[in-house]
Amino acid sequence: MPTQIPIRSETLLKAENLSWVKKNKPILQGINFSLAPSEHVGLIGPNGSGKSSLLKILSFLETPTRGRLTFQGENIPRPIPLELRRKIAVVFQEPLLLDASVQDNVATGLKIRGLHREASRHRVQEWLERFGISHLSKQHARSLSGGEAQRASLARAFVLEPDIIFLDEPFSALDAPAKEALVADLASIFAKTQTTAVLISHDFNDILRLTERTVILLDGKVAAEGSPSELLHFPESHPIGKFMAHWQKA
Amino acid sequence: MELIWQGITAALKLLATGDAEVIGITLLTLQVSGTATFISLILGIPLGTFLALKQFPGRRFVLSLVNTGMGMPPVVVGLWVSIFLWRSGPLGFLNIMYTPTAIIMAQAIIAAPVVVALTSAAIQQTDPKLRLQIRALGASNFQYLWLIMKEVRFSLLAAVIAGFGAVVSEVGASMAVGGNIKGYSRVLTTATVLEVSKGNFDIAIALSIILSLLAYLVTLALTLFQQQRQGE
Ligand SMILES: Nc1ncnc2c1ncn2[C@@H]1O[C@H](COP(=O)(O)OP(=O)(O)OP(=O)(O)O)[C@@H](O)[C@H]1O
Ligand SMILES: [Mg+2]
Repeated sequence: MPTQIPIRSETLLKAENLSWVKKNKPILQGINFSLAPSEHVGLIGPNGSGKSSLLKILSFLETPTRGRLTFQGENIPRPIPLELRRKIAVVFQEPLLLDASVQDNVATGLKIRGLHREASRHRVQEWLERFGISHLSKQHARSLSGGEAQRASLARAFVLEPDIIFLDEPFSALDAPAKEALVADLASIFAKTQTTAVLISHDFNDILRLTERTVILLDGKVAAEGSPSELLHFPESHPIGKFMAHWQKA
Repeated sequence: MELIWQGITAALKLLATGDAEVIGITLLTLQVSGTATFISLILGIPLGTFLALKQFPGRRFVLSLVNTGMGMPPVVVGLWVSIFLWRSGPLGFLNIMYTPTAIIMAQAIIAAPVVVALTSAAIQQTDPKLRLQIRALGASNFQYLWLIMKEVRFSLLAAVIAGFGAVVSEVGASMAVGGNIKGYSRVLTTATVLEVSKGNFDIAIALSIILSLLAYLVTLALTLFQQQRQGE
């Protein structure tokens, strides 16, 4: 049964035997995970299986209780240096925009990195265009529709051109056509740029279109990993097969 | 009715002629309460932010003290500041009893809990997920705090308005530590009380109109600023 894809020798981010305990509750246990440059990995699993938690740890927003995390082969020091944190970007399920205009929101991460308005304007404009919201650049973020806000949130992360981008269900607020358009845009952005990405999604089509490798989490553990299509071959009696069957019907 | 009309006419006359003493008192009031509010912001915003974001044992206790402090009668603050500033008191060496500086000190103590409580309430109301997103954007600790404060800027402005309103209108502390010395430490509220006690209702009414106008204008300016930015 194909559950393992050979790990490429060149790894960008690697987690070994990670565990995370919160309020005496084990949330993640013995996670091994690696990410190669330019790779797009899908992270799937039922509600509460620990996907968002793993993403927060991999994006340096939470500290694991046990285990080793390396970036480009180097151990990650604690506390995590700012330069390292600035190599990654995260898009959450909710757009979480600041109380400012769209362009100021998209420029925030660049400003944080010391780039001034003039210097970042071009880059901001470029990414607003890629996500099809350049006409909204002066509009206040709080007055955007859900789909527009999600695009602004994506632009805010992509404009940083980070080494790794983490996407936690970035399409859940969108209607079907808006989502379809955004997934197509993302697919072309992934193809054109060297972005490395981890995508959490509850939609198998997103996973198929945007990622080459899929990791399934069940109860805080990595249950299997492989190409998206390989994961469909588990029998329904197997916990993974059961999850995949439900998932596809949804 | 007669009394009221007399008072209002006299008041308008005082205002129209630009009575030097009245102008002096008004300017001092503005200066003293403005400085006190400013000091309370310098102390209160960081402290309020700390209380909102930092988990430590005794945090709730400190917050409850701050909330009690908000309702502390100014005269009580005045009494305690006096005890400290009297020649024999722990801060007696400063020699600032019965000076405008003493009033600033007392008023800053009155405004600080208001600023701390409102700041901390505003920051606690921000979405923890938004705060995590700010971190995820690569913010340093300082940038993190700055962006959160920007997020609650209108509530912080409300804290400024409330702090200023609390001190410009108080009389107990100004009286106790300022001494209401003519041409030196007399502010609008203490002057009003004095004129009332002397039976000079016309001047008292004039002063009270100025006081209300002052409080109104400062609040109006801050509110306009707040609402204009909101509509951006
Ligand atoms: N900070 C925390 N404190 C306590 N429990 C937590 C914390 N964060 C997550 N959990 C718990 O860990 C489990 C995994 O949560 P997580 O958000 O990672 O799941 P998920 O796989 O992203 O689920 P979903 O598909 O619903 O988004 C849940 O039971 C959740 O309640
Ligand atoms: Mg989740």
